[in-house]
Amino acid sequence: MRSRTGIIGLGVAIVALSFLALAATPANAQDDPSGEWSPRFHEDWEERIPGPEIGDYLGLPINDADRHRGDAWDATLIEIPENQCRAHGADYAWRGPSGIRIWKQVDLATQKLVAYHIYTSAYNESRIIYMDGRPHPPDYAPHSWLGFSTGEFVGDTLTVTTDHLKENWVRRNGIARSDKATFTEHFLRHGNYLTVAVVVYDPVYLTEPFIRTTDFVLDEHQQIAPWPCEPVDEVDRPEGVVPNHFPGTNPFLNEFPAKYGVPPEAARGGAETMYPEYRKKMKTMQRLPRPEKKKPAEQ
Amino acid sequence: MPSTFAKVPQSNRSLRKALLLAAAVILGTLGATAVAHTQENQNAAPQAATPLSGPGATQAPANAEVHVMHVQGKVYMLVGAGGNITVQAGDDGVLLVDTGLAPMSQKVLAAVRSISDKPIRYIINTHVHADHTGGNEVIAKAGETIAGGNVVGDIGASAGNQATVIAFQAVLDRMSAPTGQTPAAPQGAWPTDTYTTHEKKLYFNDEPIEIIHEPNAHTDGDSIVFFHKSDVVSTGDIFVTTTYPIIDMQRGGSINGLIAGLNHIIELTTPKAMQEGGTMVIPGHGRLCDQSDVKFYQEMVTIIRDRVQKMISKGMTLDQVKAARPTLDYDPRYGADTGFWTTDKFVDAVYNSLSQKQ
Repeated sequence: MRSRTGIIGLGVAIVALSFLALAATPANAQDDPSGEWSPRFHEDWEERIPGPEIGDYLGLPINDADRHRGDAWDATLIEIPENQCRAHGADYAWRGPSGIRIWKQVDLATQKLVAYHIYTSAYNESRIIYMDGRPHPPDYAPHSWLGFSTGEFVGDTLTVTTDHLKENWVRRNGIARSDKATFTEHFLRHGNYLTVAVVVYDPVYLTEPFIRTTDFVLDEHQQIAPWPCEPVDEVDRPEGVVPNHFPGTNPFLNEFPAKYGVPPEAARGGAETMYPEYRKKMKTMQRLPRPEKKKPAEQ
Repeated sequence: MPSTFAKVPQSNRSLRKALLLAAAVILGTLGATAVAHTQENQNAAPQAATPLSGPGATQAPANAEVHVMHVQGKVYMLVGAGGNITVQAGDDGVLLVDTGLAPMSQKVLAAVRSISDKPIRYIINTHVHADHTGGNEVIAKAGETIAGGNVVGDIGASAGNQATVIAFQAVLDRMSAPTGQTPAAPQGAWPTDTYTTHEKKLYFNDEPIEIIHEPNAHTDGDSIVFFHKSDVVSTGDIFVTTTYPIIDMQRGGSINGLIAGLNHIIELTTPKAMQEGGTMVIPGHGRLCDQSDVKFYQEMVTIIRDRVQKMISKGMTLDQVKAARPTLDYDPRYGADTGFWTTDKFVDAVYNSLSQKQ
């Protein structure tokens, strides 16, 4: 009898302690993304590090206008001095070859969270995510590569809204994201792993929101090197020249579908190509002959 | 001094209505083909302006607001009065680049007074259009010139009674008229100090100011204004963020002159880091910018010009060029099917400008 009472008492105590433990948990026990984060490139390696192929628009919910921008894009445009140091937009910056540092800024008197700061090594980008509820600037305020960001915790997840962006990439092969775009980010932390999910809305060039995730691993020993950039005249060109392909004349557009055996129609992208069921449709599409592999002696 | 964003924008709808009303009224002063446009997302300007007559001539757009934004140094941007207005203020007084629509003059003056109580000494007109010169008369009269020496000789005995209005000579030619004919704008709105050379320089508020003529660009009377110490360029309508560039061929504009103007703005500006910041650029319409924004725009305009030029070289007619849609990739950003400056009219202007014998 005494032992039964003891067991019941122990159970009550455990339940009570559990409630106490829950009560003692801070109300704002959100997943803090602060830390030194090292990128992992296994996800979309070929697009990120060697760089995307010309004419590869697969999986992008782009409209016809953006497709034409990609077709007209000439990679030598990046040689123009005014373009050499163009930074990545905040929505694309996660994809860069960058170590990331995230830290909190709190008001010392109240200890309230004022902002998160994010330093991205590529292009020395220093970004602020305001957490103090301030409004976004008016539409006549300047736009920037990183835009204007405000955040809040939705459950445990830091959720960030950004606008006032300069034009930038959707994919680094001429597929543009306009300066009218906005995006939402979700910082998903699982211990030493951080996944940043970015959802881009562009009324100019996207027919559906474009969702992309990028992964990082906590690296407390990370030392981030500076990333200066100084434009130089790489090629002597007449003033004002803008390299571009006249419509219908880009000779490189079929290289990607031929090399990878992707139907050329699928390579043109569009919202439909984002979804798994599109694979069935691809089976019915014509493909280009694969280029013959050169023998070592010919290379 | 105002905060960075002095006023919260009110309803876009009411602002648009007010500005369109004002644009319709003022366009009449420059004739039925006058060119003007309104702020961001307000391309639906009147199809054809009506002659200036009746109560519309003085009816102010009651709901429109003028917003003040500090740019950097001694320079501010006023938004909402028609074309963007640049204000430079300091111990010497106030200098304005453009004056907006006439019905907005009192609100522009109030905005200027929120920045400085010093006298308005100079107005510089970037070009002739009424959304940039409409406030000349009222605002100039509210100012005063430090007269004496050869200044009186240059601009007349009444020089001290109003601010000096500086513009390229073609602006005065187009606003005025030979004796006996009706001028396009009242005399009180005319420039009082014109220049005919490549540039005119001022030193005002401890700052060198370069007024540079850009030949045959948006019109034949365009000036851009470079504030050297504040590191700000005010471009007039050679650069806008809201629409395809407006090329007023009836007033001497041309696509190649406009591109030359954009190239010159890029040459004048220096980014601070990563192609951002540094020299700030106040466009004729739209948001505050820097060099990279001008560069994106220059790339767009140049690519379209190159395409149309190539099509002309192939012997394509205007209709064939339009059918080929040389602007397709930029239409969702800058194009319009309705309103004052449609994509169709832009392509017309590019084609006709390139087809003109040089």
